[in-house]
Amino acid sequence: MKFFPIVWRNLLRRKFRTIFTIGAVFFAFMLFGVLMAIRSAFSMGVDMAGQSRLMVIDKVSIINPLPASYMNQIRMVPGVTDITFANWFGGYYQDVRNQFPTFATDPESWLRVYSKEFELPEDQKKAFIANRTGAVVGADTAKKYGFKVGQRVPINGTIYRRPDGGPWEFTIEGIYDSKIKGADKTNLLFNYQYLRETIPERSGFRDRYNWYVFTIANPDQAPEIAAKIDGIFANSPNETKTATEKQFVSDFSKQVGDIGKIMMWIVAMAMFTILLVAGNTMAQAVRERINELAVLKTLGFGNGRILRMVLMESVLIAAAGGIAGLVVSYAFITLAGDPTHGLLPAFFFPTPSLVIGVILVGVLGVASGFLPAWQASRLRIVDALRRN
Amino acid sequence: MLSQIIAVTGVNIRSIRARLGSSSVAVVGIAGVVLVFVAVLSIAEGVAATMKASGDPNTVLVLRSGSDTEMTSGLGGDSVRVIQDAPGVARDSSGTPLTSPELFVVVDHPLKRSGSPANVPLRGITPEAFKVHDRVKIVQGRNLEFGKNEIIAGRAASHQFVGLEPGTTLKWGESTWTLVGIFEDGGSASESELWCDVKVLQPAYRRGNSYQSVYAKLAEPSAFQALKDSLTTNPQLQVTAMRSPDYYGTQTATLQMIVRTIGGIIAILMGVGAVFGAVITMYTAVASRTREIATLRALGFGSVPVVVSVLVEAALLSAVGGLLGGLAAWAAFDGYETATMNFQSFSQIAFAFRVTPALLATAMIYALVMGLFGGMLPAIRAARLPVVTALREL
Repeated sequence: MKFFPIVWRNLLRRKFRTIFTIGAVFFAFMLFGVLMAIRSAFSMGVDMAGQSRLMVIDKVSIINPLPASYMNQIRMVPGVTDITFANWFGGYYQDVRNQFPTFATDPESWLRVYSKEFELPEDQKKAFIANRTGAVVGADTAKKYGFKVGQRVPINGTIYRRPDGGPWEFTIEGIYDSKIKGADKTNLLFNYQYLRETIPERSGFRDRYNWYVFTIANPDQAPEIAAKIDGIFANSPNETKTATEKQFVSDFSKQVGDIGKIMMWIVAMAMFTILLVAGNTMAQAVRERINELAVLKTLGFGNGRILRMVLMESVLIAAAGGIAGLVVSYAFITLAGDPTHGLLPAFFFPTPSLVIGVILVGVLGVASGFLPAWQASRLRIVDALRRN
Repeated sequence: MLSQIIAVTGVNIRSIRARLGSSSVAVVGIAGVVLVFVAVLSIAEGVAATMKASGDPNTVLVLRSGSDTEMTSGLGGDSVRVIQDAPGVARDSSGTPLTSPELFVVVDHPLKRSGSPANVPLRGITPEAFKVHDRVKIVQGRNLEFGKNEIIAGRAASHQFVGLEPGTTLKWGESTWTLVGIFEDGGSASESELWCDVKVLQPAYRRGNSYQSVYAKLAEPSAFQALKDSLTTNPQLQVTAMRSPDYYGTQTATLQMIVRTIGGIIAILMGVGAVFGAVITMYTAVASRTREIATLRALGFGSVPVVVSVLVEAALLSAVGGLLGGLAAWAAFDGYETATMNFQSFSQIAFAFRVTPALLATAMIYALVMGLFGGMLPAIRAARLPVVTALREL
């Protein structure tokens, strides 16, 4: 580009305005990053949920636990490859405000079914399975409360109570992590057998699980297998609802509802407003110089070349602000993570959304430069020179 | 000096009409930001208003100790009797304690807005409940008859969920219910619930003779501490007692934190972005009048009047923008009803967005500050330009 120096000088001519325009575009694209993170957070990781994993809960409500005997009946359905279960424990550390998702489960099968979501070193896995009073905790929760492997921690439950009223003592046998972006690393898992012995038999809640999770060989068979399982338990005291994990996560995120969607609309509107202002200023900067463009035309610059030079100028401004905004928000959101510390684990900037951001930057640059440049190229030189 | 300020400002304001294009961009920009600001905060206001309406300082809620919500609590029938006889509990003329033992479960029911299932709170009550929750009134249909499988639905629940109208039959598991009426409770959280006879609900959920919470009216507001002490020191009980406003405050803590944290991030980024937007708009406005301003200076007007006039213009434009944005937010969002997940009790809670006068006032201040910030740099620049150079500018 031979004429790049002219474009560059034009940008520097009103440094103040150029810098502030770039600044406005920068913040607009920071908002874009937040927008994408909110979208991801409120969809509750629906994109990560497994299609080949299905959940079974009580048809009336997840708070009604299902009999333990269902486990073998589900396992025997053709196509089911593995199964585990969980009870919602409602655990907290020291103060009831320090809650994190705590599940009582069967360690061995859980770690098989969720091998990607719960990554543990082999020795920690073995230790957890071997110790009835062991627990594994997510890296985020471990960091928050300073839990170390080998430490004994007292955990209280909001739902279950020990006969002596005290907390359950767990030995942290492992700290799990996950390579999946936005994975929930706040959970605590422990062995159901340790919980079982504190549940009185006459309560009717012993050997009952809040939900089962099972894997199937072929994801396409999910609807038939789900229907088959619900059929087995139809007309029993505990009818079931079986669906893919994805379906459950999606229903759950719909319960959170409009709030996420409304926030997204709001941020999109804010971003659009700022871009409108910045775009208008960029267009204004070109309009002001229309008689200069006429001089260039007099000197023999073709319409196409002038259009390209003007577009280059606006694209440069858009790119300087927009790309910087995308990079900074991406880096910041990735490093800082969930601003609510554990309430929205899926608050992250999905990498594919960067592409959308870059496309928007291009659209902004072209749209704000094109109209005035096009007007300029259509003007008759004499009229343009006379303007002002 | 003052007369100069008035004269220059007057010229400026009257010439806004001639520069309608760039001025309206400033107004639209600020209106957009204010709209967004008000909209985000009206969510938090709405949730807070529902929770405030739910709490009654004269009502005490008793849960099992260690439980933070009714959902996870559990109280046996004998514990309930001890609580009812505790000192400080109000009694009616016949000497019956004004207490309401309740069972709180959730059932799956489809939402209107998405058609997907969500958790509706289903609360089992006794006839005394209406004496403790004394604002409850039936607004449609009739009250439930105790001993029958009948349900009344809160007004907000009937708006949010499919088919919650008097006369509908609802089936959950092996039990079938008839919805007989809709109730209101002063806009409180219970309007998101379904109520039924606790004695019918207990066997349906295999709860024997157990409850989850006891609501008790205080004989007088000062009796709270005595009641709390007597309950928590009683060796027969393992309970915790709190005033109902405190309880409802903690119930939406999670939701409020999410809305306020994310709202805060959005407001800050947007505010800074908007200041940049205001700066470039005002800058363009000033730049297009460079020669005009230089002429004024050549005629002997000082730089202070020029600065003031630009700031007044900026303030005026941002006030108009703020007003438009605030009104738009009020028109679009005030009273908008929606429901979301109450993370503590794992069930739906309905609320309405609230654009309060205080919120609008804050937004106006925010708009003015943005406008003044935005006008400041261009104003100083305009005043400092050498007259000769400026006169020559195109």
